[in-house]
Amino acid sequence: MIISGHRSLPLLVREEEDYVLTEQAVSPKKLALVIASGTLDKLYCALIMSTTAVSINWEAHLYFTFWGLMLLRKGEMDRASIDATFKGLEDTLKKRIAEMKYPTPYEMLRQAKATGRLFIYACTPTMGMFNIKKDDLIPEVDVLAGVPQFLDIAEHADVTLFI
Amino acid sequence: MVDEKEPKPDRTLDCTGLFCPVPVFQTRQELDKMGKYQILEVLADDPAAEGDIPSLARRLNIKILKIDKQKDILRFLLQK
Repeated sequence: MIISGHRSLPLLVREEEDYVLTEQAVSPKKLALVIASGTLDKLYCALIMSTTAVSINWEAHLYFTFWGLMLLRKGEMDRASIDATFKGLEDTLKKRIAEMKYPTPYEMLRQAKATGRLFIYACTPTMGMFNIKKDDLIPEVDVLAGVPQFLDIAEHADVTLFI
Repeated sequence: MVDEKEPKPDRTLDCTGLFCPVPVFQTRQELDKMGKYQILEVLADDPAAEGDIPSLARRLNIKILKIDKQKDILRFLLQK
């Protein structure tokens, strides 16, 4: 059995195959990411790391703030674009992603979420600054949170990154 | 490519044409469907898979029975 380690979330309990190490099952390793960037490349970095983390039984905790939070609005994540510096490469990049049949960012997020080991936090100050309501956000958001909640997670995380 | 003496896989996952993290994620999903001691064959041509799949196996205590490569396609035999 695996129980989510975050006290603010409902306990998520799921049956696991017996190949999961007992110690890890009780206290899974954690990846904690701050996603402040709103570009496609950085979003993919965050989601690729998260997908890999949940594949190896880690929990991935993603705190979206500023331009990252903007991508949590319904319909926005798959419209993410790239930095102005590299704008000339955007069409080529997006075409190539489609040719590769690479999952879109939102597909990747939903697949990782379905494992039960991905947790999404939306930064409330950013929501206030841009007048964003909870209903504006994708349903996969778990918690409307401030930094203290993120620090609660990051304090015990094995890997913490700012993206 | 198939050695007559090697065990026959119970399932095959073809990840050719797919890139990190998809082969690892799909391998994990496939393993979740399988019982203890069952064997999964994974095919991949993402160069990263050469390190990624063994990394996944190590972390999940999955036994790697065989790794071989023909042209650009890696073939893993994993036992749960």
